[in-house]
Amino acid sequence: MASMRDIKHRKSSIQGTQQITKAMKLVSTVKLQRARANAERSKEYFTCMYETVNSILERVGHVEHRYLASGNSQKKAVIVITGNRGLAGGYNSNVEKLVTRHPEWKKDDVVVYALGTKGRETFLRHGYEVKECNSDIVESPVYRDAMHIAEELLKAFANGEIGEIHLAYTAFKNTVSHVPTLLKLLPVEVSPESGKKESGPSAIMNFEPEDVEALDMIIPKYVTSLIYGALMEAVASENGARMQAMDNATSNAEEMISDLTLKYNRARQGSITQELTEIIAGAEAIG
Amino acid sequence: MADKNSFLLRIITPDRLFYENQVEMVEFNTTEGEIGVLPGHVPMTVIVKPGILDITESEGDKTAALHAGFAEILPDRVTILAEIIEWPEEIDVERAQAARERAEERLRSKTAETDMARAETALQRAVARIQVLR
Repeated sequence: MASMRDIKHRKSSIQGTQQITKAMKLVSTVKLQRARANAERSKEYFTCMYETVNSILERVGHVEHRYLASGNSQKKAVIVITGNRGLAGGYNSNVEKLVTRHPEWKKDDVVVYALGTKGRETFLRHGYEVKECNSDIVESPVYRDAMHIAEELLKAFANGEIGEIHLAYTAFKNTVSHVPTLLKLLPVEVSPESGKKESGPSAIMNFEPEDVEALDMIIPKYVTSLIYGALMEAVASENGARMQAMDNATSNAEEMISDLTLKYNRARQGSITQELTEIIAGAEAIG
Repeated sequence: MADKNSFLLRIITPDRLFYENQVEMVEFNTTEGEIGVLPGHVPMTVIVKPGILDITESEGDKTAALHAGFAEILPDRVTILAEIIEWPEEIDVERAQAARERAEERLRSKTAETDMARAETALQRAVARIQVLR
């Protein structure tokens, strides 16, 4: 049996850890609330954007357009949104796995635009081609950040450097459920079932300027808004994941502490009993 | 609500619901020129150019500086998806003036690497901001 001092020492070190995890949990709870409010406020914009773009594409049909056709390049650009910090359970590695374990993608064909230092480190370690991105923006993303990224990617797409653009992020369903998601940004694909519900107004929609020109202007906005939406959701998910991880850590620490307390008390009782026996035995020997 | 003299105007930005109300008319600048939308307009999607947004409500008028985005116009509803839009009280006059001078300077001293389209948009934005304040 471990000595009383060892047990006491271990217990106090676990208590110290527990205090840290508890504090981290509180911090991420507050951050989560703010991030979730932001994500919800911006959701309306994306829903609208998505519906409008879908209804436009549906009407335009199979028009020849540079944003609707896959480029000649084999290269796929993937924007990977992770956190800048760890201690968030599987949050970072789940997103990374979407890319590293993708069944069809070869390492040489993928260009990673890593937002978040954790993701960047992983992909560099695995030997992917990683483009520099400003990772600070994942702390508190603003729309302008998404605009810069979209601009850069669209330029590369237009120049034929990349043939497809994908987005890997963690979708925020609710506080406890975050789903790693891979989304294809370009070329734009219309999902067949969408748009069916509103056959009325979209059937006679006019465009000013003409369809193709309108697409030229709307699709960059569409890409930007998707990136921005993903950033907002990812921030909320990161804090949610960290909150959960820290909650688990705190309750694990609690369990260990109660276990150690029991052991400590038992050892203490054992040592008292032993001392008593020794005293009595000594007294009897003298008497 | 659904009377013939008004329609529902919703202006949405990435960060918030900027405006939502029944209005009589809305005017703004598009790539094809300035347009004014009354109730019962033909369904149309237009692209926004930097300019002034004028909202006519039954109680009075409202203006804002609308810089980028696009609008979906339906007979009973207009939705403006605005990337950047500001109420007059949110505009910093001095910054707008400075931006205007900077943009004009850039357009005047055009060199090979000057991004003309960008400078022009910046100028239009600054002008729209200043006009809204007047």
